[in-house]
Amino acid sequence: MIWQQLANGISVGSVYALISLGLTMVYGILRILHVAHAGIYTLGAYVGLLSFRLVDNFWLSLFAGMVGAAVAGYLVERFLYTPILHLSRIAPLIASIGLFTAMEEAFRIVAGPHTLVYNARVGLGDLAIGSFRLTETQVLILLVSFLILLFLWLFLTRSRMGLAMRACALDLETASSFGVNVSAIIAMNFIIGSLMAGAAGVLIGVYDNQVWPTMGSIPAYKALAIVVLGGLGSIPGTVLASIIVGLSETFFIGVLSIPFPRDAVAFIAMILVLMFRPYGLLGKA
Amino acid sequence: MSGYVVTILITIAIYAILAHSLNIITGHAGQISLGHAAFFGIGAYTAALFYTKAGLSFWIDVPLAALVAGVVGAVLGIPCLRVRDDFLAITTMGIGFVVEAVFLYIPFFGGAMGIGGIDLPMWAGREMTKSEYLILILVVLGTLYALDYILGRSWIGLAWSSIREDEQAASALGVDIVRFKVMAFILGSALAGLAGAFYAHFLTFIMPYNFGFGQSIMILCMVVFGGIGTRWGPIVGALLLGLLPEISRPIMEYRTLLYGLLLVAMMRFQPSGLLGADSFLVVYFTKGLNRIRGGEVKA
Repeated sequence: MIWQQLANGISVGSVYALISLGLTMVYGILRILHVAHAGIYTLGAYVGLLSFRLVDNFWLSLFAGMVGAAVAGYLVERFLYTPILHLSRIAPLIASIGLFTAMEEAFRIVAGPHTLVYNARVGLGDLAIGSFRLTETQVLILLVSFLILLFLWLFLTRSRMGLAMRACALDLETASSFGVNVSAIIAMNFIIGSLMAGAAGVLIGVYDNQVWPTMGSIPAYKALAIVVLGGLGSIPGTVLASIIVGLSETFFIGVLSIPFPRDAVAFIAMILVLMFRPYGLLGKA
Repeated sequence: MSGYVVTILITIAIYAILAHSLNIITGHAGQISLGHAAFFGIGAYTAALFYTKAGLSFWIDVPLAALVAGVVGAVLGIPCLRVRDDFLAITTMGIGFVVEAVFLYIPFFGGAMGIGGIDLPMWAGREMTKSEYLILILVVLGTLYALDYILGRSWIGLAWSSIREDEQAASALGVDIVRFKVMAFILGSALAGLAGAFYAHFLTFIMPYNFGFGQSIMILCMVVFGGIGTRWGPIVGALLLGLLPEISRPIMEYRTLLYGLLLVAMMRFQPSGLLGADSFLVVYFTKGLNRIRGGEVKA
């Protein structure tokens, strides 16, 4: 029982990590709260579903969802955020909220208000060790998020571009003066973050077996709470906070069965942590 | 005036008070609040509970609503305002969700059904007509604006502008940043509570869904549209965004889409709003005025 809850919590937490990482990376470099990131996550799910219906292959649809999200993320960065970066910090935030609201409505108008079934055969099979069972989609989520996190870690620590990205997160101007192509790094940052969000959208679409216009609403706020909980801009902190929120949700609801909305857990955790550690779990002052 | 027009005007006037209250926090003191509807809701629920359960009259429950919203604003705002400014946006959003969940899940607040039976105020021995209620709200709005004018010219207003423009410089000059931020937050919350009380007595029944995140965004939209930090911006924003769905019913269907795109477009092309410093309206108007006066036209 407890192991089962643990597995559920970690699967949920890894999807949160995939969504939240893009948010924390964008904040790390540009210091903007990219609320529309959750719109890109939903877009990824829709593109994935559309391509699944066209080609009937899950892995191709995952790839398509990721690419679709990445393109959208790049366009948002180039045509919305970059032109208004010089304004006060509230401007990109409001634009982002506006874009997210508009995207959700656009999904509703284009794809209809109903949930669409994403019934993909992945071909992995369930995993059972004794009484401990992982469903096929849980195996899929754990596998895909582990691979993506591994790639991200290798990219950030072993590649020149990853080094440049970390330099930009420390200090944009100094990095620029050392010859780093800052605008390319910012674009890359959005592309990588959106790739992960797109993957998360497809994974949740398959996990819940449905895609719907407002599937990004709760992740939009929850991811912000997770990012703050981990310490805004801290990548390890975000992964840690995602797993903590995923676990506490499944334990609070599944084990203690407290009649409180599941989605408020992340915010309560955030407010509690902020009282004692104003910069989050792994954030720096 | 027909009842329909009066109803719309009352809604707009209440939204104007609400937008004005957010403008104190976001416009004057430069702090982002994404959960303003929570304080609007706290005011509405306080008034509704005092009226229906404690049997207090309108004239007592309205000030009480403002007081309670202000006190809750102080309790919630003080820890939030001590953290970095980006955190405030997220923590206020969290407050919005938690408050909505409290209204929805705790039976005392009526749950999903909300609270009903909140009447229009009694006045001169009978229930007020809607037109009289409109006049009452307009008088309150006018008083708030007069107070805002006085406040803006006082040292409090000065301290707020200094924090808004450059927090570090203000701090270096000895402005107690946290204290003034908290002051703006409490005042804004209390006025939102006041608007909520008027709203509850006007709608006669309230539900948790009236005070969700979407409502917070709409209030923000009004302030942004009119011009953040301008004195008349919130009224213009409330008027235009309140009238828009009435003028054209087909727009109603796409209202949310329109609000979203409007926010994006405003930030991209007119970040200071319709009445802000470099808005196209203000620029053209100033040019035109100068031309009439025969003065020099700035390029």
